[in-house]
Amino acid sequence: MSHDATRDVPASHAAAPETGGQRPVPFRGGGFVHRSLGPVAPIVFLVILAVWELGSRSGFISPIALPAPSEAFGALIDLFQTGMLWKHLGASLYRLIVGWTLGSLLGIAVGLFIGLFSLARAGLLPLVSALFPIPKIALLPLFIIWFGIGEGSKVATILFGTFFPTVIATYGGVDNVDRTLIRMGQSFGMSWLSIVRKIIVPGAMPAILSGFRISASIAIVLLVAAEMIGAEFGVGAYILMAGALFALDQLIAGVALLSVIGLIIAWLIGKLEKRLLSWRT
Amino acid sequence: MQLLLRNITHHYGGRTVLDDISLTVDDGEIVCIVGPSGCGKSTLLRIAGGLEKPDAGEALLSGPEPEGSLNPLTYIFQDFALLPWRSVEGNVSLVLEDHGIAAAERQAIIADVLARTSLSDFAKALPRQLSGGMKQRVAIARALAVKPAIMLMDEPLSALDSQTRELLMDDLVALWTRERFSACYVTHNLNEAVRLGRRIIVLSRRPGRIRDVVEIDMPLAERADRLAELETLQRRVWEIMREEAREADREISDVA
Repeated sequence: MSHDATRDVPASHAAAPETGGQRPVPFRGGGFVHRSLGPVAPIVFLVILAVWELGSRSGFISPIALPAPSEAFGALIDLFQTGMLWKHLGASLYRLIVGWTLGSLLGIAVGLFIGLFSLARAGLLPLVSALFPIPKIALLPLFIIWFGIGEGSKVATILFGTFFPTVIATYGGVDNVDRTLIRMGQSFGMSWLSIVRKIIVPGAMPAILSGFRISASIAIVLLVAAEMIGAEFGVGAYILMAGALFALDQLIAGVALLSVIGLIIAWLIGKLEKRLLSWRT
Repeated sequence: MQLLLRNITHHYGGRTVLDDISLTVDDGEIVCIVGPSGCGKSTLLRIAGGLEKPDAGEALLSGPEPEGSLNPLTYIFQDFALLPWRSVEGNVSLVLEDHGIAAAERQAIIADVLARTSLSDFAKALPRQLSGGMKQRVAIARALAVKPAIMLMDEPLSALDSQTRELLMDDLVALWTRERFSACYVTHNLNEAVRLGRRIIVLSRRPGRIRDVVEIDMPLAERADRLAELETLQRRVWEIMREEAREADREISDVA
């Protein structure tokens, strides 16, 4: 939050209170309001890149500690020219999309159950609370045994990682649906299914969508973990390979790719929110 | 159709909120229920509408349902209870969708009730674009769409500023003059009660009991011009309520 309160005490009127003459009411209402400053974000980004590049060129930053952005960019170009970029991206996006979609759908379904039925809440909520904090990376060997070393274990890791936050966001959203709206539906004799479909699900949608933001980030974090074992292609596999070889330019290039994926997903969810939640102010 | 409440008694967490309340809402009659805050007015209305079960006593309907009524007991809520993600017509449509009405007929009903509440120009607007008064008009249109026999109105004008309240009160009087609906009208505003009520039932503070019943024979349409007489009546009701309200004000409340 910005606390840039403005303190303008006009000097010309400073003596007025003693004389009791007419004077303007001192203005005290400034500050504490955010303005939208469009170009600031790209400028900050570019300045950091420029300082980093200059530091590397001048030898202030050792190339062993951190490669220059231009080198990382070179690695990216290289990846593009050899055609490996699309192979890695394709493999990773497939795992992300399948794992996240299944995890989210299951999460919404279970979240609705917990939100709607006392029995499901009593039985499943403690289970969710117990399983949510387990790092899914730790379970990777188990997933490999259960779902195979191929795509199965990788999708499963992402699926489980996105499932739990979606459950929690969904049932929280259901709990927060305005009770008077539900009572209104009942008072007009609406069927149970209609109340769920037309009142509860749309009412929980803001919470579900903000859950999507969190689960999408978790999915990207888990992507690297999922591609640790038995992955030939994938951005995560590429980063791990680069890390093992201490090819830091490639490592930075891979991390930048993940970052861009994250930005694009956040932008897409923003679009979705605009569409589905246009009724909000 | 008649609504009869017989010996309604209700408790919340060991406290009695309603104690042995019996009343009748006759066909075409507006019965106002007034009482100090926390006396269980809204609970009584929820019991009357079948949204809550009383601990003792019963809520009964008598007489045939009017023809074509989709929802004989229909609520109007204090905070309007409109779905913010549906337009004005969508909100009216909502309560018709479960009744298997053909789309064309549904559109006709919606157009009709919006015309009757002078909302036709706002059919596509979202609730957040409307003023409080307009929102309550939408809620009234929605209630009319299901052709209610008895309207259960829970402080319908309390969330509105006083000018809007006057306008909506005129609307309600005009609507009643045309359609002669019956209503159970809960309010804490005595002016509304004397303007709209055929009978005013004064409840005591918790536990809510019927303190007194004031009958007003003056036709609704004439009341706007005979405010002086209403003023006297209103003062009479207030005299009945004053001590109760003072005591209720000093109570510690733990019931919503």
